[in-house]
Amino acid sequence: MESIIFNPKEKKRTGPVIFSEYKRGDAIRKIITMSREDILFELKDSKLKGRGGAGFPTSTKWMLTAAAKSDHKFIVCNADEGEPGTFKDRVLLSEYPELVFDGMVIGGYTIGAQQGILYLRGEYEYLLKPLEDYLEDMRKDNLLGNNILGKEGFNFDISIVLGSGAYVCGEETALIESLEGHRGEPRNRPPYPINTGYLGRPTCVNNVETLSAITHIVMKGGSWFSKFGTDKSSGSKLFSVSGDCAKPGVYELPWGIKVSELLKIVEAKNTKAVQIGGASGYCIPKSQFERAIAYEDIPTGGSVMIFDESRDMLHVLKNFMEFFVDESCGQCTPCRIGNHKLLEGVEMIERGEYTFSYINKLKDLGRTMQVTSKCGLGQSSPNPFISILENFKDEIFNRSNGGRNGR
Amino acid sequence: MLIVEKNALSEEIESYVNKYGNDRSALLMILHEIQKKHRHISEFAQQEVARLLNIHPVEVYSVISFFAFLNDNPKGRNLVRVCQTISCDMKGKKQVVEAIERELGIKIGNTTKDNKFTVEYANCLGLCDMGPAMAINDRVYTNLTPEKAVELLAKVK
Repeated sequence: MESIIFNPKEKKRTGPVIFSEYKRGDAIRKIITMSREDILFELKDSKLKGRGGAGFPTSTKWMLTAAAKSDHKFIVCNADEGEPGTFKDRVLLSEYPELVFDGMVIGGYTIGAQQGILYLRGEYEYLLKPLEDYLEDMRKDNLLGNNILGKEGFNFDISIVLGSGAYVCGEETALIESLEGHRGEPRNRPPYPINTGYLGRPTCVNNVETLSAITHIVMKGGSWFSKFGTDKSSGSKLFSVSGDCAKPGVYELPWGIKVSELLKIVEAKNTKAVQIGGASGYCIPKSQFERAIAYEDIPTGGSVMIFDESRDMLHVLKNFMEFFVDESCGQCTPCRIGNHKLLEGVEMIERGEYTFSYINKLKDLGRTMQVTSKCGLGQSSPNPFISILENFKDEIFNRSNGGRNGR
Repeated sequence: MLIVEKNALSEEIESYVNKYGNDRSALLMILHEIQKKHRHISEFAQQEVARLLNIHPVEVYSVISFFAFLNDNPKGRNLVRVCQTISCDMKGKKQVVEAIERELGIKIGNTTKDNKFTVEYANCLGLCDMGPAMAINDRVYTNLTPEKAVELLAKVK
């Protein structure tokens, strides 16, 4: 029953990029012979995009932070993995911490930061002690600390800060706010964290998986990395697969894979719908299973939730909207009130007390939230409302009044 | 609260401030330590943190009220959090919760009379591939059945 065991020695996973061979410290040993520009060029060659979901080109972010003038810079690893259906960061941190931490050291060297912060979500508190022990080992091997591996002036250390159960803190400016000891409410942007971040200093916030990919890019080169995947989506992606399938878990697959191919790999049967990108993503019906998962078609942070024929999609939608009502920070009106209204709409459909004109108004409200909300939470929370009501309207609006069919 | 208790708490908070620093950016970790040890952050603790970090107590309270895992009212000795998000929901979260409710004689969101358990829902615990999942204090348990969940509670002191 207790399945979370921190044991980096016992590795069974295999994959083309992230889950390929790597030994702790190798990338750090390599970068101290390289110039910062060389690393940035490799990164540019790799065409790596941020793996948290937004897909911002990582090389651009690093170049801008490297170019920012300040005597103190920070690199933050965003391990506040709160998106429902996502658990790849848990696997990376518990089984491959060397990839993540070495990636942070590479970041420190490249952008000129002296301090790295791992923002670990409160739900993963059980990883805190093993990760801190791991950092202590790295210090003993001089992979962290002053003059790392004898390189004069290369000082870098990592600390871990534990989050406290707030989904919105996955948003980078909210994360920075909470690091500073404030409520985790997103900031207005600009200014961006790359020049005004943690404590007003240039700060580079990267996802756990992005940093892990960087460690491999440094070892094997940017052009090696971009050979995988598609034109605009280079490399591979970790998919967190859950729901109705025989083999849930984390899979490393190349970008551009079709939904139907993925379903075959995880042995899903009688699939009715796939929610891609977590609660804030899109729900794909059977007719669209030939679409590709890539930035060109369906972008995602890696969450794949599978629903078979027996599932009630209205119940799924209600679960998502309850989540957003719970997790909205309440700072901006479209998100605070909008999510409540959308949830009310779902409950009206559930009771059979709705009119189509009102539901259409709610869809309009959703589209308004997408453009007027302050941060990604409110901008994406109407996605499941709009996509599920659109793609499953036959099932949802043909249900018998007041009754809940299925589960 | 007795004066000796207050002094002990002050000393404890001072030790956290020494560990994490007296800057406001240390606030979250300090609050974590207090929450972990005392299962809540009392008004007195909030005032002490504020004094040592040189900020207003209401700033400390505003952070506590924001985060789901920090609270100013004491909860039961053991905190049980059942994941309510869709993947766990589909694997039978409802049956697990109902079994716990029957066994402890309380509805979810409440504390037992003997103050032993507080049971609540949590949003995605990141264990979607092994649902249903729940956390008892800082340990997590996965692939639950109603029976297993109740057995786990029985083992808690």
